[in-house]
Amino acid sequence: MSTVVNIVIYGVIMGGVYGLIAMGLTLQYGVGKILNVSHGEFLMLSAMTSCTLVKAGLHPLLSFLICLPAAFIIGFIINITIYRYLRKVSKDEATFESNAMLMSFGLYFILANIGLKIWGTLSKSYQYYSYPVKILGATIAVNRLIILAIAIIFIVAFFIFLNKTRIGKSIRATSQSTTAAAMMGVKINRTMAICFGTGGLLAAAAGVLIGMALSPTAQVGLSNTVIALIVVVLGGMGSIPGAVLGGLLIGLVGQAVSFIDSSLVMVANYLMVLILLLLRPKGLLGR
Amino acid sequence: MIYKFNFRKDVQYIVVAAVVIFFAFVPLFGSTYTLTLSSTIMMYIVMSLSWSMFSGPTGYISLASGAFVGLGFYASGFLSSSLPLPMLMLVGGLVSFALAAIIGAVTLRLRGVYFTIFTFCLVELVKAVMTWYEIMIVRKRGLNVRNFGTDTAFYAMLVMVAITLIVVVVIKQSRFGMALTGIGESEDAASHIGIHTTRTKVFGFAISAFLMGTVGAVRATMLHHIDPGSSFNMMFSFLPVLMCVFGGMKTFLGPIIGAAVFAILQYSLITEMPQIYMIIFGAIMILAILFMPTGIVGVYERVINRIKKGKSKKGGTDDANA
Repeated sequence: MSTVVNIVIYGVIMGGVYGLIAMGLTLQYGVGKILNVSHGEFLMLSAMTSCTLVKAGLHPLLSFLICLPAAFIIGFIINITIYRYLRKVSKDEATFESNAMLMSFGLYFILANIGLKIWGTLSKSYQYYSYPVKILGATIAVNRLIILAIAIIFIVAFFIFLNKTRIGKSIRATSQSTTAAAMMGVKINRTMAICFGTGGLLAAAAGVLIGMALSPTAQVGLSNTVIALIVVVLGGMGSIPGAVLGGLLIGLVGQAVSFIDSSLVMVANYLMVLILLLLRPKGLLGR
Repeated sequence: MIYKFNFRKDVQYIVVAAVVIFFAFVPLFGSTYTLTLSSTIMMYIVMSLSWSMFSGPTGYISLASGAFVGLGFYASGFLSSSLPLPMLMLVGGLVSFALAAIIGAVTLRLRGVYFTIFTFCLVELVKAVMTWYEIMIVRKRGLNVRNFGTDTAFYAMLVMVAITLIVVVVIKQSRFGMALTGIGESEDAASHIGIHTTRTKVFGFAISAFLMGTVGAVRATMLHHIDPGSSFNMMFSFLPVLMCVFGGMKTFLGPIIGAAVFAILQYSLITEMPQIYMIIFGAIMILAILFMPTGIVGVYERVINRIKKGKSKKGGTDDANA
């Protein structure tokens, strides 16, 4: 019984983090049609920066205030420079989509190797509420619960941002139809840059959370990108509730499988998505 | 059909064939260093040519080259003590062919972005499976690979370059190649005129995977020791894309030029600045996409066309540089 509780609780915790990462990726793809395979590198850079800062004496929660705006600004600048130019020179949407993806592949190599150059391959970690408590017979470290709480706060805040604010409305309009939104007076370029920046910000938030308990290395980027991509395909490309649902599912399945053998998680994820694509190519909540 | 010889178009094939024949004599006077370097260049030529053979005309971007090369590595790793090199290459190729056919059959029915995602994840998946196999089943990290000698590896690579060139040229002229181009231009139109699009795409993808698997098998014999991390490496997925983008994805010479340039660059920079050169390569990729979408060959053709147009003062059509 306590094993099941353990799997569920840890699954939900990881699911929250995966949902956060995947939300950023699906936002960047859904609105800007940029499949950003460098997404996990934002997470890696933020996780490593936050660990370094905390080691230097900063409070872990305060490192959000540094990593998140930094990731937003970097994403924003990348979008208004290279992606805006690419959009201008591309002859149609399909060309833009494949070239944007290739460019993010280049970006992945730049960011990943910057991380490796700065931090090497050793892992970084710090102690923050790392003592265990008992919940329903399962033993959970307190910092994992903090991670879950913060992840939920970010997910809820993001939904409020998307549904209640003016920028959120313009983001949703742009994701439905770029041309129609432009005719209605939405500033498309700015909206797309904000989306890309917000995507980076969400990845960075997940990065700080991962830094709290999971001792990241400078190589965590790629595996998180892969997970985020799988989650996004599972939930439906461009669907933000789908990203959260897919994240939860992948988190739970991952914990259940890693109870048997942790190195088979990737196989389970991949098989799950392959089967889903055969049955329902749009993804769980895809349009 | 009578084949008409077109000097301007066919001179590139003749030049490439001459270079390949010239390379056959390199072991007679070259040092071991030259041989290893040229084997590496030839490996990348095969990889980028076979990548561009499928992804160039169809526009379906594959990021799985690392998985296929890695499978070739492991084919050599498992069998090098018992089988000769050509058999290893065949096994590596066939395993890659089979994997590509399976992945392709599922994802190539969907929009291109799914294909890209799955191929991107495939490298990590195969790496995870191999790591699991080594930790749980054989309980030994990595494999030793028999070395067949520098000359043998060199000639094997050369043969693969020749085969790949022939395959690429033959496919380009054939109905199959035209079907691939048609799919890239408009998939709906292609299926309306009777092309079985999914089957064509899967077969094209699998052939390119086969070629990558074979050179992977040869490459592993040059390395003595392989492990999942070095075999299923994103680098092997990234470099062919970079080489083709830089050289010109839809041209014949582009991937060859790109492969030669970046293989030499990588070979000379990898020891001196291991991370910085990757950062530079990433930046080159972004700049190449932004400022020379048709690659270096496209730039060359545009310049030539401009000079010609200037001479004839006619200002002919612009479609020659497409």
